Amino acid sequence: MLKRVHFPSSPLPYLLVAPQLAITLVFFIWPASQAMYQSFLIEDAFGLGSEFVWFENFEALWADQHYLDAFLRTAVFSLLVAALSMGVALLLAGFAQRVVRGAMFYRTLLIWPYAVAPVLAGALWVFMFNPTLGIFPYFLDFFGIDWNHYLNGNQAMALVILAAAWKQVAYNFLFYLAAMQSIPNSVIEAAAIDGAGPGRRFFSIILPLISPTTFFLLVINMVYAFFETFGIIHAVTQGGPGSSTTILVYKVFNDGFVGLDLGGSAAQSVVLMVLVIAMTIVQFRYVERKVEY
Amino acid sequence: MVENRPLTAILTHFMLVLGVIAIALPIWITFVAATHDAARMTQVPLPLWPGTHLWDNLKQTLFGSGLSGTEGAPVWLMLFNSLAMAMMISLGKIAISLLSAFAIVYFRFPFRMTCFWMIFITLMLPVEVRILPTFEVVANLGMLNSYWGLSIPLIASATATFMFRQVFLTVPDEMLESARIDGAGPMRFFFDILLPLSRTNIAALFVILFIFGWNQYLWPLLITTDTSMTTIVMSIKQMLEAAEQSPQWNIIMTTALLAMIPPIFVVISMQKLFVQGLTETDK
Repeated sequence: MLKRVHFPSSPLPYLLVAPQLAITLVFFIWPASQAMYQSFLIEDAFGLGSEFVWFENFEALWADQHYLDAFLRTAVFSLLVAALSMGVALLLAGFAQRVVRGAMFYRTLLIWPYAVAPVLAGALWVFMFNPTLGIFPYFLDFFGIDWNHYLNGNQAMALVILAAAWKQVAYNFLFYLAAMQSIPNSVIEAAAIDGAGPGRRFFSIILPLISPTTFFLLVINMVYAFFETFGIIHAVTQGGPGSSTTILVYKVFNDGFVGLDLGGSAAQSVVLMVLVIAMTIVQFRYVERKVEY
Repeated sequence: MVENRPLTAILTHFMLVLGVIAIALPIWITFVAATHDAARMTQVPLPLWPGTHLWDNLKQTLFGSGLSGTEGAPVWLMLFNSLAMAMMISLGKIAISLLSAFAIVYFRFPFRMTCFWMIFITLMLPVEVRILPTFEVVANLGMLNSYWGLSIPLIASATATFMFRQVFLTVPDEMLESARIDGAGPMRFFFDILLPLSRTNIAALFVILFIFGWNQYLWPLLITTDTSMTTIVMSIKQMLEAAEQSPQWNIIMTTALLAMIPPIFVVISMQKLFVQGLTETDK
């Protein structure tokens, strides 16, 4: 933590941390505590006064079927996004690490969706799947599938998941490729001498050895799907049709800025905060440790 | 490769090419849409091969009226806004994180660990979970519709601080001892020894943070109401809404292309730094 050799005490270090701490206090800790305080209040219909109601907002949340649905939907959404993007990335990385020359070439071609903003990713996919004009509905029509994500909730969900997973494949691919390249060659060669083919080596040696990376990526992908997919949903479906793609983050935004339900939105924020804290703790406590295999 | 299996090698390349095509397809379709005129973009099926109108579309998007029917800012101004925001966020984050990591690693002072934990907490409070109260703070400070409001609330960074702390911890103690013997004060040591030593880390972090800043969406959406402060990434959503009345997909997709070219260029041209930055900040 601290250097063995360090500078003598002086007011200087306070000046050095002052900018960071000032921003943290004003824009992070104060608003977060405000959110917590507001989650205990109910405003009257005209916004004139508010009443301190303890946990009533939270109780209302748990009694609200819409919120519970959103919770479940978020869980399904993030699991599917994580599974899809990690699966594709694992497959591609598994093939890419076999290529002796050209692995870096493929890497260059696979990593750049990382740079595309979520809302842009949403725009690209909504264009490709536009019910009247898009390329994919045109082809899907030949198979008798009538694509309209403005009307069909499941199709809307599928589209959002595809767009979110597409953007995240690049990130997962980079980490999987790095993990696979750090496996000592001698281990792979020993298995090959024992007669294990490429498929067997992948499942019996590579996959278990990179399980810490898988776990790390699972946490990162869940956080991504929870919080960073707001732009995708806002661009593609705006939570609809109905509320079939309203995930928790979108609901906080929608109830707070559109519905102006301050207490309820703040209570939702607090629930989200608890979730982030839990995920961060999991990430820091368990990721560095080895996963058993 | 361990053994020579021509069939497996062919399969490997085949799968990789398939993967590349699948990943690149959305971008390719965007590019194709940006090279056709408005009339062609309303006929089903849409083209899969580039047309000849890229130049016209670019001209109309950048300097012309842009999308007709919307009274937005010109696209070149949006690009400038995005660039200003991305630069302020990335340079701001790097500057304040360098300073606080320096203080935490090289000084012993009361409340040092308190400071450390306060910075750590920011990791657990993404914008999304505190949007309303943060918006109120920024509104009360009169920072709505300004570059300051766009960037300053986002520049506190626990990950950057941790990364620089990690880097500083690997600097040998002898560096500081010899610098002190030569009579260097703390700031002299910081600027003449620590900064040059962490040059590549700064560059790697800059690549990641530039992309992070450029791609901000929710925050600019909340705090800018003035069209002259619109960023390019935000404008896509407004255009999509307008597209429901008059689909001018060639212009929308040209704008989308312009919005993603700068970050993609940064990733491709500084790939090594990008990979380094990504793996260092998250581990």
